[in-house]
Amino acid sequence: MTEHSWALLSNQAVGAAGVVYFLALIAHLVEWSALRSVVPAGRIGTRADAMVSTPAAAPPGPTGDPLVEEGRQARLETSGSSAANEERGELFGRLGYLLTVIAVAAHLAALVGRGMAADPHRVPWGNMYEFTLSGTFVVAAAYVVLHRRLALAWMAPLVLTFVLVCLMIAVLWLYEPVAQLTEALNSYWLVIHVVSAILATGAFTLGGMTSAVYLIKARTGERESGWLSRVPSLDVLDQVAYRIHSFGFPVWTFAVLITGPIWAHQAWSSYWNWDPKEVWAFITWVVYAGYLHARATAGWRGRNAAILALVGMATLWFNFIGINYFSSTSQHSYAAPAPMGSQSVTR
Amino acid sequence: MNNRTPQRSLTGPEGRVPQFSEGPEGPGQREEPTRRPGELTVRELLRWSWRQLTSMRTALILLLLLALAAVPGSLIPQSGVDSLKASQWQDAHTTLTPIYRKLGLFDVYSTPWFGAIYVLLMVSLVGCIVPRLRVYWRGLRAQPPAAPQQLLRLSDSASYTTEEEPEAVLARARAILRGKRYRIRRGADGDAVSAERGYLREAGNLVFHLSILFVLVGFAMGSLLGYKGGVIVVVGPDAGFTNTPSQYDDLDPGSLFKESRMDPFTFHINDFHVDWLNTGPKAGMAKGFRSQISYCQKTDCSDEKNYDLRVNHPLKIGSTEVFLIGHGYAPVITVRDGQGNVAYSGPTVFLPQDATFFSFGVVKAQAAKPEQIGLQGVFYPTFIMDDKGNPTTLMGNDLNPLISMHVYAGDLNPGGGPQSVYALDTSAAKEVMTPGDPKKALRLDMTPGQTVQLPDGLGSVTFDKVVRWNRVQISQTPGKLIALGGVVLCLIGLLGSLFIRPRRVWVRARRGEGGTLVEVATLDRSGGGDTAAVVRALTQALQEEKK
Repeated sequence: MTEHSWALLSNQAVGAAGVVYFLALIAHLVEWSALRSVVPAGRIGTRADAMVSTPAAAPPGPTGDPLVEEGRQARLETSGSSAANEERGELFGRLGYLLTVIAVAAHLAALVGRGMAADPHRVPWGNMYEFTLSGTFVVAAAYVVLHRRLALAWMAPLVLTFVLVCLMIAVLWLYEPVAQLTEALNSYWLVIHVVSAILATGAFTLGGMTSAVYLIKARTGERESGWLSRVPSLDVLDQVAYRIHSFGFPVWTFAVLITGPIWAHQAWSSYWNWDPKEVWAFITWVVYAGYLHARATAGWRGRNAAILALVGMATLWFNFIGINYFSSTSQHSYAAPAPMGSQSVTR
Repeated sequence: MNNRTPQRSLTGPEGRVPQFSEGPEGPGQREEPTRRPGELTVRELLRWSWRQLTSMRTALILLLLLALAAVPGSLIPQSGVDSLKASQWQDAHTTLTPIYRKLGLFDVYSTPWFGAIYVLLMVSLVGCIVPRLRVYWRGLRAQPPAAPQQLLRLSDSASYTTEEEPEAVLARARAILRGKRYRIRRGADGDAVSAERGYLREAGNLVFHLSILFVLVGFAMGSLLGYKGGVIVVVGPDAGFTNTPSQYDDLDPGSLFKESRMDPFTFHINDFHVDWLNTGPKAGMAKGFRSQISYCQKTDCSDEKNYDLRVNHPLKIGSTEVFLIGHGYAPVITVRDGQGNVAYSGPTVFLPQDATFFSFGVVKAQAAKPEQIGLQGVFYPTFIMDDKGNPTTLMGNDLNPLISMHVYAGDLNPGGGPQSVYALDTSAAKEVMTPGDPKKALRLDMTPGQTVQLPDGLGSVTFDKVVRWNRVQISQTPGKLIALGGVVLCLIGLLGSLFIRPRRVWVRARRGEGGTLVEVATLDRSGGGDTAAVVRALTQALQEEKK
């Protein structure tokens, strides 16, 4: 395949992924509307996890995960009164998950195509379009992978909406034709540094969604029916958010405080320049450190920790969007081609 | 949630020792009831303040304050980061500038208030960690606690009955737990086995916090003892650089920097090579910069070495590192004065204005007689006329170089003080006009090799050729390995404190009516949550190995 056809493949795969994500979103919306009238029995940690097959087919033996256990229990206790709706919901839930898996595969193909289209081949995260493509891929893939383990079925509409919106923004506004990397980016640290930043960004985004739902649920209280009634209990949400964040935080530490400075030292001669991008990455780090700290501090667990997680996510996204577009002094401004002037052989 | 009762000492991921001094009443009141409520002696006040400072909540608030305090530095141009941007901003905002200057907002990261936050944070950290080290040291050598009376009351527990002797079950439990690296309680433990593991979680936590101090020490060394400087060096054997402060265009030394610590070396650039992309979406972009430099470690230069200096590939000389960070064009211009003498000759550094290397520069022929001659103008690497008839440059490569200069005659330095070499002071000079058209300023459009005679017998200007220059950044960063080591330790400690699960396990075997009753229970002190699996696995292992 030529570079050109790889680029074409990538663009078409992004389109295909978008369409399939949309179909998956519709399937999940049908699922939720079918389950709307079904009052989940058990009421503890309820979640309509249609994906973790029916109790009869559930794999025997210890899964060991209290979240899964809880979900299974909730399903077992579901009354048979609206069995038809329940069944329809489960069917569409499974369909939605299947479609999401297919979309993630297409998404991956788009990324691979993007990397193969460049000459020489390279990792597909050299500009904002590619970073958005990779970041959303991590969010979607993490959701697919952790779906079972952390019982994330309730998250489907959120994740799919988020990924769809980001892909649309990427295609409409951020698109750039495949091009060679600028000289400063041409380093193996691009692989290590950016991949860890993307992983952490994806994790923090998923964690932020969980914390947002936590806050909504904490505010509205327990509901008899509807979407929120199928969201796990506050304790479980808190636990899920913590698990995701505690994965993201060390990865972010690695990206921002280890590989970032090493690369900065190689390219710009000093490992910490107080560049706006660095400052905001540091702010994000401090806020998430605060989040982990808050969970050990009396009076800060739960609600305040969730607020901190959202603040962290806001700083993270501001760093990605705001600094790239509004900061003129950042050496990380990949949004617009910076002058190749005396200050900027390296951008 | 939101309960204010102190947590167990090892609860959360950052589990610090909880402080009990959060209420308005300080410690020590109850000891001396004769005093009024709230009255403290100086010592008690100090102790109370210390406890407040080292409390978890204060640490958390300081942490958030640090994040907040870092914000302005990213929004307002910092003079330490980009001094040009900062001074431009200051010129544009005349009302805000004095206020901002007072608050130190142009140099946020070295202001007292920013320093106060992180110093307080560090004090709080030390005050919290040191007592915990003692606690941890004691805990390390302590025995796992004995089994509680009612094991089955713990939330994660299981039991079964067996025909075996209790001693056999307990012996097996000991073997299994030891195999899983649990520490087993020694001595009399009644009818139970008590075990504990995950001691490294707290160690990780302590390492995480302590290594932050390492990072700070390393960082401080770098910013106090080190320096960073930039210099523009013209390509060619005639130009070069010797590592002394006066040779730098800009030098940013730390406050404890000493000139004697600078490594003695010299270098010059033999050749500079750039690949230009001629096709594709990024056509016109430069890449593959390679600067062939020759350097000597001493000033006398008997032992010259060569190095290909490239972006991302700095040259290390002693403890100094040399980086290639920019490039541009230096047209070689010769100015002869009215008497025919060479008043100025040499490569003149023009500063690029954008990605096309459209560049700006000045020439000051101050030796010219009868009048000093100044040139000011622009350089087009690949000159073309665009569709609208405006002069422009096609790309950054010098395929069709052209300079376009205006001429000034008169005193170019009326103040007599030091001047920038990139700006022409025309306040005491007058612009030279086109002969025959006194309203139109004279503009010299010249290609290499061309000579133009100036009117009024001022002299002539020759554009000989174009050479290139490199902007080189040179820095010395002591303590960088300490900082790096600190961060790596920090990450290792963090991983330990997040993912090692401190866990206690008890197995009790008692003779009952229908045989031996075996009870298994576990307690996860991190609140991590997969304890049910631990109980299940252990129970299974105990039953399986029966044979």
